[in-house]
Amino acid sequence: MFKGIRIGAALLAAAMLILLAGCGASNQGATKPTEKKIVLGFSQIGAESEWRTANTESIKAAAKEAGIELKFSDAQQKQENQLKAIRSFIQQKVDVIAFSPVVETGWDAVLQEAKAAGIPVILTDRAIKMSNGNPEDYYVTFMGSDFVEEGRRAANWLVDFMKQDKADVNIVELQGTVGSAPAIDRKNGFEEVMKNHPNYKIIKSQTGDFTRAKGKEVMESFLKSAKADGQKIDVLFAHNDDMAIGAIQAIEEAGLKPGKDIIIVSIDGVKGAFEAMIAGKLNATIECSPLLGGQLMEAVKDLTAGKQLAKRILTKEGVFPADVAAKELPSRKY
Amino acid sequence: MKNPADIWKGFKDSRLFWPLAALGIVLLFNLIFTKDFFVMEIKDGHLYGVIIDIINRGAPLMLLSIGMTLVIATKGIDISVGSVIAISGAVAASLIGGKLEYVDGVQKLVTLVPMPIAILAALFVATVLGAWNGLLVARVGIQPIVATLILLVAGRGIAQLITQGQIITIYYNPFKFIGGGYLLGFPFTMFIVAVVFAATIYLVRKTALGLFIESIGINPVASRFAGINVSKYIFSVYAFSGLCAGIAGLIVCSNVSSADGNNAGLFIELDAILAVALGGNSLDGGKFSLVGSLLGALVIQSITTTIYATGVPPEITLVVKALVVILICLLQSANFRAVVFAKWGQNRGIAHESTIAK
Repeated sequence: MFKGIRIGAALLAAAMLILLAGCGASNQGATKPTEKKIVLGFSQIGAESEWRTANTESIKAAAKEAGIELKFSDAQQKQENQLKAIRSFIQQKVDVIAFSPVVETGWDAVLQEAKAAGIPVILTDRAIKMSNGNPEDYYVTFMGSDFVEEGRRAANWLVDFMKQDKADVNIVELQGTVGSAPAIDRKNGFEEVMKNHPNYKIIKSQTGDFTRAKGKEVMESFLKSAKADGQKIDVLFAHNDDMAIGAIQAIEEAGLKPGKDIIIVSIDGVKGAFEAMIAGKLNATIECSPLLGGQLMEAVKDLTAGKQLAKRILTKEGVFPADVAAKELPSRKY
Repeated sequence: MKNPADIWKGFKDSRLFWPLAALGIVLLFNLIFTKDFFVMEIKDGHLYGVIIDIINRGAPLMLLSIGMTLVIATKGIDISVGSVIAISGAVAASLIGGKLEYVDGVQKLVTLVPMPIAILAALFVATVLGAWNGLLVARVGIQPIVATLILLVAGRGIAQLITQGQIITIYYNPFKFIGGGYLLGFPFTMFIVAVVFAATIYLVRKTALGLFIESIGINPVASRFAGINVSKYIFSVYAFSGLCAGIAGLIVCSNVSSADGNNAGLFIELDAILAVALGGNSLDGGKFSLVGSLLGALVIQSITTTIYATGVPPEITLVVKALVVILICLLQSANFRAVVFAKWGQNRGIAHESTIAK
């Protein structure tokens, strides 16, 4: 009996909270959008690479410049931390939630909660999948690079560079973290182009978790098992620069010349990659720009001003072969 | 003179038999299924081959397992070693500094502080962190798993704080020698492990230290009444485990010439505990075998390398690893063997009877 009352009271309190949250959000949006400082809750994946750090810094700097209050949370590569952060943003009733999902799936519940609280969600640089329902119903825009296109660009650059139509080209692939959007999409984009070039063969593919240490360890193993099978590795395609940098060390330790004996193309365009290109150890990097802070703040402002956003906002990116590396390095921000 | 049968029996009953058998099985698998697994050649004046990779990559794990063995022998556990690896690497990297300077197109080697000081500082910090664990366990009396959990969680934050959330890349080439260098054709990491191992063996087997540690693991109260300064020894083994993790951290950091606060040594504490267990040591403390733990570490690294070498799809590598580990653990369990072999014999008996009945 007593228990029943307590549960009833709790339910009532919860219902009131939800009502309050709903009112708060609509009031801010409709009546005075400019007077109160806009609050953006951002859940970052972590600081796993120079790329990610540049991404974080770009967002922090842009928020300061735009006069937007940024609540920043670092998830240290764990989805549970991101879920916690997003839930706390909902509790704090921020105006907009933005996050870069660490994995593709598992966001259903938390996004439904954000939707129920009336807080718009922006995805940055990685996409999500829903177990049921259309994910597009749960976010206002997905901002960032097109990973499939990056994979295609890497493949196109390679085909262009190798100028091999007939002879077999053996490729080894260092994949990103299993199940992550960049790993899946970059692989698909790359394979899509290679379908038209049957002489290019991916002979080995393994995950290097986007880290230098794993990239090196897996490459060491590739080099030996390829040799044992009597295959020659012509090309290394790494899903990010850091794995390529690790693999370069493994190739050097095997007594080969990275960039010459094995052509290397990777994705991201971090400073380390440019340094490696200047040293002649990397052949090309496909840019995946993290500097989306400015675009993100613009979107947040548009959103709170009641404007509609495009469902997909792309970041500006290029392809950098080794011969332009020396010229580009000083202007690289990440 | 013992006859060969006795020697075999002695060997089969020794605690090292099953760890050795496990390593043997993994290597045998490779002998049959992985081409050129055991091929070794000389490249740039040093040995080059899969076996060398296993030793080189497995060095941090072997070091951790040495420290972990002593901790576990006192009935404790240290789950903070992965974080200590990250911190040790972060300290060394930030002291050496991530500056790349070119003078007339030639790389100039620059460090913020001399390398030996950076190394000593990293080892000192790691030992202090280990001592902190020891303090919490031995003096404050917190359960080991809880006490070291604090550093497991907070440690990566500390590492991030030191590196300011960045991956610090080290361009100072002499530092690369620790984790990637070769001495007399062998990986330098092998010598590091050998020295730490020999020193530890000497300390625990040639002095009474090993006996004290074992007796503390078996019965701390009785040990105290027997006049052993229990808390002093417990404190020391945690500090030592921290030191081992610190050395491992230098190797990990040096091997890829960068300090990554997030990923360096991630989950390696679990591998270290597993190595000790695979080495035939009881997690309940007491008698321990350092050689067994080293073998356990080698088994784990061999499995990892085998998975890469055989081209298991990345989506299922962890499952394969788990299955192999479970299998080895089951094989090592005397109870399991007794049950299986008994069942096996029984089944045959029943089958025999049922065929007769037909």
